[in-house]
Amino acid sequence: MTEILLPADGVGELQLVLPTLARLTREARTVMVIAPPYVPYVAGWEARGVVMSCVDIVHADERDVLWAAEQCLRSASCAAVLAWPVKADDRSLRRLQVAADTGKALAFVFRDRRHAVQASPAALRLELEGTPAWQVRVRKCRGGNPPVSAVPLASGWS
Amino acid sequence: MLWACILLPQLALDGVLRRRPPSDEPLVLVSGPAQARIVHAANATARAAGIYRGQRLTAAQALLQQFVMIEHDAEDEARWHRLLAAWAYRYSAEVGLYAHAVVLEVSRSLNLFGPWPRFESMLRDDLQELGFRHRIALAPTPHAAYVLAGVHDGIAVTSPDILRDALSPVPIARARLPIEATQGLPSMGIRTLGQVFGLPRAGLQRRFGTELVAQLDRLTGDEPTPIDSYRPPDAFEQRMEWTHEIEHVEALVFPLRRLTGDLAAYLAGRDGGVQRFELELEHRSGPPTRVTVGMLAAARDATLLFDCARGRLERLELSQPVLAMRLVARELPPFVPAGRDLFDTRPVHAIPLEQLRERLRARLGEQAIQHLHRTVDPRPEKAQSDVAHVKAATLPETLPRPTWLLASPHPLRGPPPEVLAGPERIETGWWDGGDIRRDYYVVRTSQGQCAWVFCAPGEQGAWMLHGWFA
Repeated sequence: MTEILLPADGVGELQLVLPTLARLTREARTVMVIAPPYVPYVAGWEARGVVMSCVDIVHADERDVLWAAEQCLRSASCAAVLAWPVKADDRSLRRLQVAADTGKALAFVFRDRRHAVQASPAALRLELEGTPAWQVRVRKCRGGNPPVSAVPLASGWS
Repeated sequence: MLWACILLPQLALDGVLRRRPPSDEPLVLVSGPAQARIVHAANATARAAGIYRGQRLTAAQALLQQFVMIEHDAEDEARWHRLLAAWAYRYSAEVGLYAHAVVLEVSRSLNLFGPWPRFESMLRDDLQELGFRHRIALAPTPHAAYVLAGVHDGIAVTSPDILRDALSPVPIARARLPIEATQGLPSMGIRTLGQVFGLPRAGLQRRFGTELVAQLDRLTGDEPTPIDSYRPPDAFEQRMEWTHEIEHVEALVFPLRRLTGDLAAYLAGRDGGVQRFELELEHRSGPPTRVTVGMLAAARDATLLFDCARGRLERLELSQPVLAMRLVARELPPFVPAGRDLFDTRPVHAIPLEQLRERLRARLGEQAIQHLHRTVDPRPEKAQSDVAHVKAATLPETLPRPTWLLASPHPLRGPPPEVLAGPERIETGWWDGGDIRRDYYVVRTSQGQCAWVFCAPGEQGAWMLHGWFA
């Protein structure tokens, strides 16, 4: 499970995951997008190589997001699950982590940056920064020390 | 030809018991006119207290102070009988209904389901699951199987040569012969079927008529038995009612599991699936509450059907207590099982994608899962839809499109952004009243986000935010 912390929407969070999604969907494996904050724009996703017929967009209430994500991960029938939980605590994230392990699926959980101070059971924890330039800071990575410096990210519009 | 007979000694009682949660309280089915009520059937606890079939109700009440009394319903019993015939149809194409029994021709089924002991245990497991007590026998003729099942549970006579030997020790009273023979033969000193076989036919025919001789011939297979083959109906309908009112949806889960289990058994017998069925909850007054359970594809797995129905039911607010529940399935499309890869490496507890989608839809709503497709319309609001379209043509070269689209554009707040690319004029839509005339730009906001914004043609201000390049 990867937890991605955002200062605001639209700072390159999809750019991080779209290449992976493109690879998975080209192999005709299913990707679940649960409660996205905006509508995925098909032309934009397809331009980055994602096969949209393999992408299921699940509309869920605030309280059902974690349930839906866990069901999808545990089922082992989807390759990756993207979720935008509003309220998620340590315990619910741990459940997702366990579900992702049992279902052998990739989980990406997008949360606000203010949760960075809380401990997290995620195997990989990334924080995105929008200013002065787009960059990714690794907060935690299982089995190694996180790199000290941030990794720059190309601006996402081209 | 080999016939299996499944004798259902407690059909009416099991039909009542399986609707109720398991319990130990004594229960009695009563029948007969109001002045002379008699016990039609009694469960194990009641029988242990000395109540037996045919007893007068007053005598039963003297034996046991308190028991649950239920009116015996012959129509109800016939319905269970038909359900079991539908279930048996899954194992054989030739199924016949006898009183309190179902017979099925199994000689060809054995090729498919394995040798008789394994096939028999399959039948027994199924009946156990459905909640019916049973006795099973196998014989070369249906009538012999019917007789043997009543005498010896589990007996299997596979060849016609030893059929006579197997039938010989059967007492006349249990040989299911015509009624006058059953009464007359013992008074002649004839006690078993073997003795009847030894009597001269002409004498028997003169004494008891042709019916007895024909019956004996059918028993031994000298004459073929006419069987009205069972044909399953084209719709499934099952109803359950309670003596008390149910006020909470949770209490409906148990009967629901029974109903969906019966539906699955029926569908398996028909080799069909169901895509949509209705649950009707009946109240004391007013119209019944209808819950429609729909699925993406035809299904017939008992767990899946139960999961879906339960998800729909749990979201229901009961306005009135429920007295009865009915499950109606009219559309029964053919069922195409999903193929699984032989070298599938997925974990054992995995559930198939279709079932996952059903489960999500059951809890989150019918429209919860969406697939987006690109259309040929250049207007961002109509550039995609969740209805499958014809393959969209490759679009002309334009500025890149964002990955997030706002459901409706709203003004961009904050200090003026830095323009990265643009403008791209989108001006179209005059034919359906939704015409737009906009200049789209890619801009960078003060927070570092890349945004897709538009403004009126020729201006660079009053930005409306329409998407993010995330």
